[in-house]
Amino acid sequence: MTNDVGIIERLKNHFAEGLETVTSIDQPTVIVPRGQLLAFAEHLKSVEGYVMFNDVLVVDWFPARPRFEVVYQVYQPETRQRFRFKSFVDESESMPTMTGVWAGANWPEREAFDLFGVVFDGHPDLTRIYLPDDWEGHPLRKDYPTGGNRID
Amino acid sequence: MGLNSAQKEVERGILLTTVDKMSHWAQKSSVWPATFGLACCAIEMMSVTSSRYDLARFGSEAFRASPRQADLMIVAGRVSQKMAPVLRTIWEQMPEPKWVISMGACASSGGVFDNYAIIQGVDHVVPVDVYVPGCPPSPEALMFGILKLREKIQMGLPPKYQEVAMARGGAS
Ligand code: SF4
Repeated sequence: MTNDVGIIERLKNHFAEGLETVTSIDQPTVIVPRGQLLAFAEHLKSVEGYVMFNDVLVVDWFPARPRFEVVYQVYQPETRQRFRFKSFVDESESMPTMTGVWAGANWPEREAFDLFGVVFDGHPDLTRIYLPDDWEGHPLRKDYPTGGNRID
Repeated sequence: MGLNSAQKEVERGILLTTVDKMSHWAQKSSVWPATFGLACCAIEMMSVTSSRYDLARFGSEAFRASPRQADLMIVAGRVSQKMAPVLRTIWEQMPEPKWVISMGACASSGGVFDNYAIIQGVDHVVPVDVYVPGCPPSPEALMFGILKLREKIQMGLPPKYQEVAMARGGAS
């Protein structure tokens, strides 16, 4: 796998400000402000050719604010290159959904909602995917109890 | 005279048993498990039927794909909160008398998965007859558990769920 070395430069030229480069050893990574996220994703898909959506990951930085770091992982199948972009969101706020850009974001976003409680605005069916429907809380949050609940 | 002695011989050899003993012997010799594996332990459970361990020697090699045809549920692996109702339903669908073996640390106590997702011991969900320790228990250990269960059946002890029902004072 070779990295697309010029991509950050090109993206920075296109999105005049706001993008923040993250040093990473494996693949190009940027932090995108939440407001620009949708436009950024559209551009990444249609211009740069990152047509495949791999995953949404969430990092809980509790008790720091904003609390959640949402990490997106995308892939460009023709050149076989990967790209990562991140954004921050707090408990009381919500993320724009990526399902309009990449249909494959549907289930990963449900997973992020299920386990972290990150809300994705405009998602077609934002319900729990792993846990039972009547589950309370979001277990991968740092302030969720770590032990199993003993019945006896 | 010849007939008389032959008759005595027959009475001594065959008829000196009881229907109970006979039925216990029949029951213990064909304990059919349900095909029900939940995690890594299930791999060891599968291997007890292989030619190397050959559970068929004890009449338990026929893993039934339908709980309606099974006598024994081997809970092989961790039981998640979401799986618990499913497990209970399968257990309820098994015809009586039925037995449960809790196989491995996870099924017996939650094991290393002391977290939100896993039931801390399957005996919270179904009554367990035999616990087999280990992570995973070796096939020999599981077979030992099954042999213990056979002993229990031969001795005419009631399955755990009947014991529980009797202790509560209700009809089993
Ligand atoms: S006891 Fe060990 S082998 Fe068995 S399900 Fe648990 S972790 Fe897997």
